[in-house]
Amino acid sequence: MMKHVDPNFVKNADKEFPLREEMRPRTVETPDGQTIEIDPLNDYFCDAAPKVHRKSYSKIVEAFYNWARAESLWVLGFGTGCGAIEMRPLMTPRFDAYRYGIQWRPTPRQANLLIVSGYLSVKTLKRVIRSYEQMQSPKYVMGLGSCTINGGMYWDSYNTIKRLDDYLPVDVYITGCMPRPEALLSGFDTLKQIIKAGKGEGANIYAENFAQYKANQKAVIKDWDMPDYSW
Amino acid sequence: MVSNMKKLITRLQTRYELTDLVYQRPDLTLATIRKDKLRSLLIELRDVEAFTHLTLLTAVDWMEEDLFQLTYMMTNRSANQTLAVRVMLDRRNPVGDTIHDLWPTAETYQRELKEMFGIDFPSSPRVDEEFILEGWTDLPPYRRDFDSLAYSQQTYRDRPGRQTHDPREHMKKHLYPDTEPGGTE
Repeated sequence: MMKHVDPNFVKNADKEFPLREEMRPRTVETPDGQTIEIDPLNDYFCDAAPKVHRKSYSKIVEAFYNWARAESLWVLGFGTGCGAIEMRPLMTPRFDAYRYGIQWRPTPRQANLLIVSGYLSVKTLKRVIRSYEQMQSPKYVMGLGSCTINGGMYWDSYNTIKRLDDYLPVDVYITGCMPRPEALLSGFDTLKQIIKAGKGEGANIYAENFAQYKANQKAVIKDWDMPDYSW
Repeated sequence: MVSNMKKLITRLQTRYELTDLVYQRPDLTLATIRKDKLRSLLIELRDVEAFTHLTLLTAVDWMEEDLFQLTYMMTNRSANQTLAVRVMLDRRNPVGDTIHDLWPTAETYQRELKEMFGIDFPSSPRVDEEFILEGWTDLPPYRRDFDSLAYSQQTYRDRPGRQTHDPREHMKKHLYPDTEPGGTE
């Protein structure tokens, strides 16, 4: 992985970033005079790890489920990078993705398809992970453009991840810099076929390899001030 | 226009010891000043000479000379004149004077310079908080002794199969195939 690195530039990987003060466990006094212990990371969140969702008891029922899942793709409108621009014509009359049964939702709770529409800085990656984890299973991830595939033009950037599938289970990649809305429509079609074939198992892959994904995420996100799995 | 600027510089030069004068364009002039004279010059430019707009506050890393250069660009809108004042700081202990009380925008510039170059501006609001980067533990990334490529290779995994075409090699190969490699440029 590492090549041509001058010994002067070897990274100091051991340096830890301290947890933000408001996130540390501490004793506080409530307005009515009680003294209580709080632990912000554990008090407000359930951090139980995700579970693998079993397939249906019968093949024909599972196929029906998959058909239904493929026909209701609700996209989380999370615009990162320049791909967010390409999604505007897609959801308006020019390309009109709604005719394929695809619509945009404003919150992760109502969506099952996360489109990562471009480069991810480490800071954005953190928000993307939280959004992904808050989505309901079964959920799918689509990576848009070279940036999510191999870093694209940010191949030597200090703060931009190169491979999205190191951090989240990606179902479909769409090539291009940027892919045009037609390419996205074709990508939706591919995703539908994947789901109908029963291969859209991203959420289960994430649950199965949870430890590995978390290790990768924490390797780049130094100030991890959130629960391990944020529902 | 240039003559107006030259007159202004002549007025200021003796009092503020401006050096390295460059008349870059008819509407852009550059000058260097000592750090302790900077603040009074900025105040005079703003309040007397109508350079009311702080266009930019940025830094240049002169690694070989062990210096950081701060550049304060100020614009006189009505005369359409920009004056860039340079201040040299010691690179080993870079501390600048905060000017957030003269221009509130300077607060943001100074936070950025603290994070990206490690130049400190004591008593500037929120200058010690992180600005854009989160959880950054390495050298400030805009310093020239920080190698972005090396850092990214050590931090993020490559996907195999990526091809790169160095423009110089590509042109040698396809546009000038008869030039011998390693010849004079």
